[in-house]
Amino acid sequence: MNYHSKLKSAVAALAIAVPLGFTGMAHAQDAVNLRMTIWSANEAHLKLFNEIAAGFSKDHPNVKVTYESLPFDTYTTALTTQIAGGNAPDMAWIFETAAYDFVNSGALFPLSDTLKATKDYNAEELSATAAERWTKDGKLYAYPFSTSPFAMFVNNDVIKAAGAKTPAEMIAAGQWTWENALATASAVGQTPGKGGLIVRDFNYQVWQNLASVWNGWGASPWSADGKTCTMTEKPMVDALTTIHNAIFKKKAIPGPGENVDFFAGNAAMTITQISRASLLPKEKPFAWDLVPLPKGPAGEYALIGQAGIGVMQAGKNAKTAAEFVAYMTNPENSAKLSQFFPSARKSLLNAEVLKKTNPLLTQEQIDKVVIGGIATGKVIPGHTGFAQIQQAVRSGLDAVWRPDADIAGSLQKICGQINPLLKR
Amino acid sequence: MAVAQDHATPEGRSSSPFWTIARRDSLAGFLFIAPQLIGIITFVLIPLGLVFWYSLHEWNVLANTFTYTGAQNYQMLMEDTNLLEVLGATAIFSAGLVVLNMSLALLLAVLLNQKLAGITIFRTLFFSPVVVSLVAWTIVWGFLLQKNGGINGVLLLVGIEGPNWLREETTAMISVIVVQVFKNVGLNMILFLAALQGVPNELYEAARIDGAPRFKQFRRITLPLISPTILLTSIITIVGSLQVFAQIAVLTQGGPGMSTTVLVYYLYQQAFQFHLFGYGSTLSIVLFVIVAVLTFAQWQMRKRIVFYES
Repeated sequence: MNYHSKLKSAVAALAIAVPLGFTGMAHAQDAVNLRMTIWSANEAHLKLFNEIAAGFSKDHPNVKVTYESLPFDTYTTALTTQIAGGNAPDMAWIFETAAYDFVNSGALFPLSDTLKATKDYNAEELSATAAERWTKDGKLYAYPFSTSPFAMFVNNDVIKAAGAKTPAEMIAAGQWTWENALATASAVGQTPGKGGLIVRDFNYQVWQNLASVWNGWGASPWSADGKTCTMTEKPMVDALTTIHNAIFKKKAIPGPGENVDFFAGNAAMTITQISRASLLPKEKPFAWDLVPLPKGPAGEYALIGQAGIGVMQAGKNAKTAAEFVAYMTNPENSAKLSQFFPSARKSLLNAEVLKKTNPLLTQEQIDKVVIGGIATGKVIPGHTGFAQIQQAVRSGLDAVWRPDADIAGSLQKICGQINPLLKR
Repeated sequence: MAVAQDHATPEGRSSSPFWTIARRDSLAGFLFIAPQLIGIITFVLIPLGLVFWYSLHEWNVLANTFTYTGAQNYQMLMEDTNLLEVLGATAIFSAGLVVLNMSLALLLAVLLNQKLAGITIFRTLFFSPVVVSLVAWTIVWGFLLQKNGGINGVLLLVGIEGPNWLREETTAMISVIVVQVFKNVGLNMILFLAALQGVPNELYEAARIDGAPRFKQFRRITLPLISPTILLTSIITIVGSLQVFAQIAVLTQGGPGMSTTVLVYYLYQQAFQFHLFGYGSTLSIVLFVIVAVLTFAQWQMRKRIVFYES
């Protein structure tokens, strides 16, 4: 092949390859891969999420959505490490405790405009109280897809075996108070090998879950504006004194370092979110019940946990990701999601829908615990810089979880530690 | 020389060739150390430089801001009211670990340095925890150390009500140290065993003939002759003790209070939990300085404590 033939061949090859190359590039530019970090690895959850992703891909064939399950215990740490490493996901689930950090930092892409622009989205029906923590300057920064009330699961078998009154009996007699609940827990807790009442996931570390108890005293770790520690005030001292007595004097609550599992049938009662009904044993079942939290000295109350979905501002495809969040949380998909994650959409907060999605619960339980809880419940405490405040309080409360504790003195020290953090 | 002559120009120009023997040798040398050098540069020196650079910044991961703040993080270090407690916990942990680990390792090595049938089984048994996954080992110990866990169960059989090991300040620190010692004592034991077997038998024979008792033989012959190994193991153990993390994360999360919050765990909290990457980097620099000073000091002490070096 002479020089000219070679040149001709090369030009011809280029003439074919270049347009092909550009076509490939154009296709690659259009393809959008979205990644959402989540803390669930539940197969049923993932199946539903993948169905929703497939539904979105029908209208957006160039978009592929994947879910990355991160461990629950270290979720926020793993997420921020990904962000720090320049590998932020496009979308992320966010705990209610970390909501202020994410919303206030500017890490999230505002969703309001996209949600409003989505056909038939009906954004107005999202309960304003549920959206409060996820909103800044009138804009929603993460969608609270799960609003799950805390309630009391009860094992009537062990309570009756201990000769104590069951919560249902106490509710019927109008005596469902913390004092009586702890008396029943104490009767079971003093039986060898059994535990009384377990505040699930508290484990003497996740103290914010104790809000499910101390809210009954009207106690709060800090003021409504979040600027001042209120742990030294009477409601908190009284509530923690009651909890302390229940642990160390009445054996109504398993002590630090004692492991008792309610769902294995070893405890009288546990406070947790209703979604944990899936943990109830199918083999060797026990007679269980689900009741609202007992009345405290400050009256009746409810507590809710939340989870939000946010779109990361740092992502390359933030707008498409916001469109996916709008699709995932539209009325139709919200109804599907509510079988696992109670929705804050008013149209889905009725007994008929909730009965379908929570087949284990009776109509009465749904009315009292779920609808009542979501309507009136306060959200678990949260704050900007929560991880640091959580650690300081956890460390300070270790002094309370001793038989000879000086409760008021320990709370004084905690306030000394966290007041500067609250004011930041 | 022959190689250099091969490269002489055919025209016989007098200019010396570029690839002299010395240059070739040094190139070969650099090529031999290149894999290790590239590894150290990539995974040690560059991260070290970056950590120092980060320590001069406020890095808010969520807000995606990276602002130069000069010595502000170092000033924060001086004003950190928790730091003394953290350094105290680190010192207690390291001292406890080094003393217990070294003495137990030496004791086991001396006991296992016997020519008895089946002695290798015992050597393997004591070494086996070294190859077990650290986190798995710690999780199992976590269950054993619960208030109603295995250890207190055994104690109860002999009528003793055991403490709440991981929930009381003193016992929590002791537990973390002992769990770590049991995990790694086998490694030091093997090193000591190798050193003990290198001590010539004639020296003991001569000492026995001179009527030296067993303890005196140990003090005057064994200890001096294994002193290089003692130095090596002490450096490894001290540096390792300053890097303890998984045990604390799994067993105590730094509690109760701050009693087991050692420096590495504290810097992990600051950087990865509180998102204070700048301040976390500053604490890393503190850790680096402590490790460097201790290693240097031990190296200097070798003249006093090491009786011979090969």
